[in-house]
Amino acid sequence: MTAALFVFYLLAFVTVAAAVMVIAARNPVHAVLFLILAFFNSAGLLILVGAELVGMLLIVVYVGAVAVLFLFVVMMLDINFVQLREGFLQYLPVGALVGLVLLVELIMVLGTRVVPTTAAAMPRAAPEGVTNAEALGRLLYTDYFYLFQAAGVVLLVAIVGAITLTLRHRPDARRQDIAAQVRRRPQDTLEVRKVRPRSGI
Amino acid sequence: MPTLDRIARTVLWQELVKGFALTFRYMFRPKVTLNYPYEKGPLSPRFRGEHALRRYPNGEERCIACKLCEAICPAQAITIEAERRADGSRRTTRYDIDMTKCIYCGFCEEACPVDAIVEGPNMEFAAETREELFYTKEKLLENGERWEAEIAARLEMDAPYR
Amino acid sequence: MAEIFWGVIWPVIVLAAATVAIVVPLLLAVAYLTYAERKIIAAMQLRQGPMFVGPYGLLQPIADGLKLFFKETVVPTRANKGVFVLAPMITFILALIGWAVIPFGDGLVLADINVGVLYLFAVSSLGVYGIVMAGWASNSRYAFLGALRSSAQMVSYEISMGLIIINVLMTAGSLNLSEIVRAQAEHGWYALWHFPMFMIFLVSIIAETNRLPFDLPEDEASLVTGYNVEYSSMTFALFFLGEYANMILMSAIATILFLGGWLPPLEMAPFTWIPGPVWFFLKVAAVLFVYIWARATLPRYRYDQLMRLGWKVFLPLSLAWIVLTSAVLVFLDLAP
Repeated sequence: MTAALFVFYLLAFVTVAAAVMVIAARNPVHAVLFLILAFFNSAGLLILVGAELVGMLLIVVYVGAVAVLFLFVVMMLDINFVQLREGFLQYLPVGALVGLVLLVELIMVLGTRVVPTTAAAMPRAAPEGVTNAEALGRLLYTDYFYLFQAAGVVLLVAIVGAITLTLRHRPDARRQDIAAQVRRRPQDTLEVRKVRPRSGI
Repeated sequence: MPTLDRIARTVLWQELVKGFALTFRYMFRPKVTLNYPYEKGPLSPRFRGEHALRRYPNGEERCIACKLCEAICPAQAITIEAERRADGSRRTTRYDIDMTKCIYCGFCEEACPVDAIVEGPNMEFAAETREELFYTKEKLLENGERWEAEIAARLEMDAPYR
Repeated sequence: MAEIFWGVIWPVIVLAAATVAIVVPLLLAVAYLTYAERKIIAAMQLRQGPMFVGPYGLLQPIADGLKLFFKETVVPTRANKGVFVLAPMITFILALIGWAVIPFGDGLVLADINVGVLYLFAVSSLGVYGIVMAGWASNSRYAFLGALRSSAQMVSYEISMGLIIINVLMTAGSLNLSEIVRAQAEHGWYALWHFPMFMIFLVSIIAETNRLPFDLPEDEASLVTGYNVEYSSMTFALFFLGEYANMILMSAIATILFLGGWLPPLEMAPFTWIPGPVWFFLKVAAVLFVYIWARATLPRYRYDQLMRLGWKVFLPLSLAWIVLTSAVLVFLDLAP
């Protein structure tokens, strides 16, 4: 139990510290790397409470795919830090106001929630004898089936939207037709002719 | 039918399979590598390697300091100084070849009227310093003694074509 | 005192010993994989390969390792030093931690977790970070281009790999690697049932580990050596070891998912005499041979062809196969 507690505090501390560094780091690439560290440690926390499937999914989806694309974009940014800091004071009041509203809302949400103190009241990872994946699947494909499908449709719409926004038909572009290239045989394009000397074809 | 055939070939990765089969077959073929320091390939009798100065069978050096080799050397790698010897014959006092300049064209060998300077079969004379590659007359004569048997045999083999 | 010893210290010692028992043979396997690669490619090109260090050149990988170990580590002046040094470590560590869940035989596994497949998939999807960080931190155009290529390539091929794995999971009915192998004892190897997926999986793991013919992130011809141009000595060695350890890990995954892990090919007398871990080793070696064989046979892909293959060929095919598999499982009432 003490070992688990120790691991919990370690992971929690690193998560919070990394999250602070995300907004404190000067270099945006470092910020993304700290974000990844935060994701990673939260996944560790999830595994610690027994939600191993969600923890792994967090790593696969967020760290393995989303953060890679973040990093991909941020790496290619050419940021001028002096320019970025211009007008910092000017926007400070607005930013502070938004932050304050969010903070108050968070306090209200957390304040109304009852923190479980006994072990029995703690959220259970999964019913006994059922693996994580099974438990999650039963919920997703029964109670929340329509919501689950709707989420899929939303993602599909996002994909279609992204493609329509970026797709351009350029009639002058010459494209490679791989099937045509593979289909080509020597006898279609080559012709062997006997050429008599000094006569030409 | 040709369409179906084509599709079948694509789906069954016919070209990939052919390529992979080829490399697999080659894996069991005898290797063509010559394991160099232990195995060596044949050398032509005209191979132009390290230089040597030859002597007549009676021990007299062949070179008469005519300086034709020095004159023809395109890299100007040869330096010759000559003097009359006590017995009245004309001989070199200095015969240097800068092996770092030499381009192994074989012109010196061709120019020599008495077959004194020759390029032998040896090509393994790499050295660690440049100085070791500035050959002197002593070094060249020593080479001549060491390689004489092979040089003579090579000259004889090549003689019909000269 | 004795309680603390048996409760805390003893398990740690056992765990450390088990880790060492996996990692040390793994590093040796990596060393001799480089040797095998050089020998096999040499044979296919009618050459001899390494011959001089030790009998038949058997000590060559050791000599190479020592050479790299004693060289000087050069950190470029304008490199981002922390990330620059961190990148090879990440690559190497990620290549090692995947082995925690690999079952070498029945019950021979360090951590028999229920989401083993997802764990492996997570580890392999993290592999891209070492490369991207190396490319960015080197502050060099070639390294940066290599990193960009690699991140796009690995993300693309992970998707088709994930979809292919789903087929296996549906058929086996478990995310636990040992359970998947046991299911294959019942059903037969999945390489037979999912043969097209097995072939696509082989191609995808080659792309995922950036090996020829998909080694565009370290393409000598256009990028010098891509993301690791600026690395020397041990930092380079870690990338090198990481790449080869990843190859072995991917081959092990292919073995477990499709080739029946530690199971003998037929449940018959001469085959069952050989113990499971040996079968596992033989199958991994066979997949690794395909890696090397492909390297000796095929020319490098062009980058747009690589992307086309991943997104326009493999992705639809594996998606269609999922539909087919689930339809067959449901309608023939075979679903576990």
